[in-house]
Amino acid sequence: MSEFVALVALATCLASAVARPRWAPDWAVAPLAALALFLGGVLSAHQARLTLRTLGPTIGFLAALLLVAEGCAQAGLFNAVGASMARRSGAAPRRLLALVFAGAAITTAVLSLDATVLLLTPVVFATAARLRLSPRPHVYACAHLANSASLLLPVSNLTNLLALSATGLSFTHFAALMVLPWLAAVGVEWVVLSRVFAADLRSGAAVPARGDDAPWPRFAAIVLALAVAAVVLAARYRMSPSAMAGALQPGFLLFVLGLGVVVRAAGVHGLSHLIDQVVPHSSSLPGLLAIAAISAVCANLLNNLPATLVLVPVVGAVGHGAVLAMLIGVGVGPNLTYTGSLATLLWRRVVHAHDADTDALGFLKLGALTVPAGLVASTLGLWLALQVVR
Amino acid sequence: MRVVIWIAEGTWETCVTAAAALLPDSAAITLVHVAAPDAEAVATGAHMGLLGRRPPRHGAPALETLSGEEATALLALARERLGREAELVALRGRLERELIEAARGADVLILARDGRAPDGPKSIGPGARFVLDHAPCPVLLVPGTQGPLPGPPPGAPPLPSRGR
Repeated sequence: MSEFVALVALATCLASAVARPRWAPDWAVAPLAALALFLGGVLSAHQARLTLRTLGPTIGFLAALLLVAEGCAQAGLFNAVGASMARRSGAAPRRLLALVFAGAAITTAVLSLDATVLLLTPVVFATAARLRLSPRPHVYACAHLANSASLLLPVSNLTNLLALSATGLSFTHFAALMVLPWLAAVGVEWVVLSRVFAADLRSGAAVPARGDDAPWPRFAAIVLALAVAAVVLAARYRMSPSAMAGALQPGFLLFVLGLGVVVRAAGVHGLSHLIDQVVPHSSSLPGLLAIAAISAVCANLLNNLPATLVLVPVVGAVGHGAVLAMLIGVGVGPNLTYTGSLATLLWRRVVHAHDADTDALGFLKLGALTVPAGLVASTLGLWLALQVVR
Repeated sequence: MRVVIWIAEGTWETCVTAAAALLPDSAAITLVHVAAPDAEAVATGAHMGLLGRRPPRHGAPALETLSGEEATALLALARERLGREAELVALRGRLERELIEAARGADVLILARDGRAPDGPKSIGPGARFVLDHAPCPVLLVPGTQGPLPGPPPGAPPLPSRGR
């Protein structure tokens, strides 16, 4: 009975986040579901406290990161990046794509994938349009790199943050192990995207960039550099990240907390056991490949956030190599579905029955090309790094 | 004589140059731009993957507005380069469907080769290829980029001469 109740609570949280009904916002549903599970005796006080204690600092840290990213956007940092890309590209589409790759890979690694999706992508779209170049390859590159370039640092993806403590790795050790997988994932994206969009990337009539030459916001750049330094130092010396927390997107933070508790309840009542039987308990290359593949499937079925919460306790027991392979799966995997998960995609199809299909189809085709290759190349990189970096 | 010219990023210039050189002064010209909404859809669709997060609410223009403005600006630039009166039409949707609709009733459609390589196989992109096959009027196909036409690829055998 408890199993059933916990799974229903989890499904309710995910449904509210995907469908976003006005009368049941996800930020209220997830904490309420967590509270209900606690009051109903499905989750013990000890388990709830344990979850909140591990998630709390991560959430605080995330809030700080969101604050810095939003501050950079307000100060015009992304506009300046766009203007710089336009100038350096000389209106040559292939060179612009290379700059977009660099910009999106770095933005994702430093400011997390949210920043690339929410703040950089619109700027890249505008930049391509102003240069009178087809925005397609550049926008697809941003959407893809937001996922596949999110492997490098613990801060690059919320999934990495959630799994960091399970790896037992320091910030620098994590980064050292993930450099190769990150480069491999970005390399695969470059090979595939520059071929698939070859027609859009043919240099045509060069038109000088229209209008604004946005100046670099020095203050924001300095704050960003300081924030990065603070993150590195805090992680290095294991300072409590919540000390740096500022509140932003409180709804989202509430949602993650609630979701974490609900997933814990589902895990305790059988879900973890089920996954434990599927996931290989080995850090050999085939084992890592299987973990990455299974994680990618989970991320596409649910979404990378709940998938990570469900998988971390299981792969954490195998070792840090297994956790990193899982992160590769939930990081690169979501490019397979247009909206990050099958559930969201299906919901979109229900809502916009006619016109979403063709858009989604192109994205799915591209994902089918990049995701398997990216998973294999990154996991191979991870395996190599695990042999070298001790 | 009613002429429809396809204006697209990258290839519009040669279409306009060809039109300016070939068309009689009496020709009624329509410049058509077709914006593909899929890039906008991907840019906004990616938001949905961010479970529980909301897009920021600052005053950036919607991508659709931006894309519309740029289409209008490109069409105006093309008309300026053409150097004569022309009707400007900005459309949104699938290239093949919209362009064929726009060319209905025209006497000629001017189309650029927009494929992977100007001289290789696949010199025509999938959308333009469909238009070529299903155009409701004669089509004038022009090179996609400015400059001399490419020669035969290196090492290619000479074209067979007929009637030896």
